[in-house]
Amino acid sequence: MKLAREKLMDMLSKMYKIRFFEEKVDYLFSLGLVHGTMHLSIGQEAVAVGAVSALKSDDYILSTHRGHGHCIAKGADINLMMAEFLGKETGYCRGRGGSMHIADIESGNLGATGVVGGGIPISTGVGLSIKMRKTGQVILCFFGDGAANLGAFHESLNLAAIWKLPVIFLCENNMYGMSMSVKKAIAIKDIAKRADSYGFPGKVVDGNDVLAVYEFVLKAVKRARKGEGPSLIECKTYRWKGHSKSDQNLYRSKEEIRSWKKKCPIKRFKKRLISENILKEEEIKMIENEAKEVIEKAVDFANNSPEPSVDEIFEGVYS
Amino acid sequence: MRKITYAEAIREALRQEMKRDENIFLIGEDIGIYGGAFGVTYGLINEFGEERVRDTPISELAIVGTSLGAAITGMRPIAEIMFMDFTTLAMEQIVNQAAKMKYMFGGKAKIPMVIRTPAGSGTGAAAQHSQSLEAWFTHVPGLKVVMPSTPYDAKGLLISSIRDDNPIIFIEHKLLYKISGEVPEEEYEIPLGVADIKREGEDLTIIATSIMVQRAISASKELKKEGISVEILDPRTLKPYDKKTIIESIKKTGKVIIVHEACKTSGFGAEIAAMISESESFDYLDAPIRRLGGLDIPIPYNRNLEKHAVPQIEDIINATKELIYG
Repeated sequence: MKLAREKLMDMLSKMYKIRFFEEKVDYLFSLGLVHGTMHLSIGQEAVAVGAVSALKSDDYILSTHRGHGHCIAKGADINLMMAEFLGKETGYCRGRGGSMHIADIESGNLGATGVVGGGIPISTGVGLSIKMRKTGQVILCFFGDGAANLGAFHESLNLAAIWKLPVIFLCENNMYGMSMSVKKAIAIKDIAKRADSYGFPGKVVDGNDVLAVYEFVLKAVKRARKGEGPSLIECKTYRWKGHSKSDQNLYRSKEEIRSWKKKCPIKRFKKRLISENILKEEEIKMIENEAKEVIEKAVDFANNSPEPSVDEIFEGVYS
Repeated sequence: MRKITYAEAIREALRQEMKRDENIFLIGEDIGIYGGAFGVTYGLINEFGEERVRDTPISELAIVGTSLGAAITGMRPIAEIMFMDFTTLAMEQIVNQAAKMKYMFGGKAKIPMVIRTPAGSGTGAAAQHSQSLEAWFTHVPGLKVVMPSTPYDAKGLLISSIRDDNPIIFIEHKLLYKISGEVPEEEYEIPLGVADIKREGEDLTIIATSIMVQRAISASKELKKEGISVEILDPRTLKPYDKKTIIESIKKTGKVIIVHEACKTSGFGAEIAAMISESESFDYLDAPIRRLGGLDIPIPYNRNLEKHAVPQIEDIINATKELIYG
């Protein structure tokens, strides 16, 4: 598959931004500047970027508690994300949502939910709405391997199937639901196989290969736009960091983590871009530096932003 | 004025609103050809087709989630959950998602969705098809809770609920579906959060919800024969609820009974009683606040036991006399 050079550069840039954003917030957390917890997706950047790059800008996404990458891939303003992290009024959610609830409804990012699987039934409704309004959009719903064992998964995939809704169910299988290994949680090898029981395609993709993710999602998007219904795509990947900030990594070995770090999706993409003579090392360095700069500026923006006012604490509960 | 039933009033509100706004659609189990378990949506599928009167598999969580997803992207869904008991299957989407989304996204989402559901006992359906769970939902910021007691209120409140941009739990009562009352043919709104004085009176205020309003009205007729004049106040909306009208009524009568079908313990009557005791109306009370509610038991099947489990007309009469005569 041939992709325009600009598109590839944009994808690489987003992967860097996700990586640097998460490294930065991890650092800010260590300084005690971030309230609450966070769920980092370092190591999973190819899934977010590959999947969202296959969408048009007016398509929708629904994200998860591990959703920073999804937002950045959807083109979120990093300043507003960082401000939200620091609980500021200028943040995407006016400091009311934090790390787990970044949303930008106008841009099609329908938000991240802190409840595992909580977005899956909502995606079915977005699909129905698209179909009833005849807009030709699609909705891509991210969720993890852990969500695939919830009742919400079953109810929603079934509804999307019987109504042929334009939904791409994107399972980001990072091998663990908190500490629960997917091998212990699921008796079959591939979650994607579950699509068979609903009557639509299910595919397994190497989730550390951004172009493979792009390609598979694009096929599902085309199918959805044609009115042929949903798809389930399982991207196998790995989270390098703990589930959240309380994680001591007691349930997996250092060797295992190390072996996955060798499969870094960014390094892999970079190598390919160089070997195929699409980008030169210096050009990549520039993209990398630009991404770093964007993150630094975002920290400044967030630091210089006001706190939300207690006088306005009730704002936003009701319309 | 023309009289129609409570169920017909709801159906008429749905029909008129669906004609007015093509973004409105109905979604739920057996709401199409079957017309819903209580026949409320009967015939609407012929008029609006199966796209807009959308039968679903038995998937309550997905019904609510689907409504939510549609609502945040420009549609105005009205979900029917066949029995209020089954809202328990959809609680995650109602409580964690629909109710929270606007606030946790910084006030940006618009969530115009209504969940219609019938509550209440009296049909012999026993413990899992007879509950009144309204208090649960009043405990969740982000939701509005509406509970009509008459055909007139059912139509006007439903129209307001449909036009509201917040998630609304619209609680109907199975025993009210067949009662008749005057209902204008044209569309009209009853603002949410505004109570209605169903009967004016001097001696005592009865604050009642849903079916208990009808029972209070029956009780008031008996009490009148004894020269006792009761004021019957129906909050109509439990979240937000009209504190001002309650306070004014108590300042006038000095006595209050709060009556609902839901279990008394932690029922909505506890909230009203606490509000009264914190308000200026407390000084006007010349008798303790009295609550009548369901017994703390699952609704039993046996006709007599079932009747015994929730307040009846006689209970309201007796409680009123106790407060009046001391």
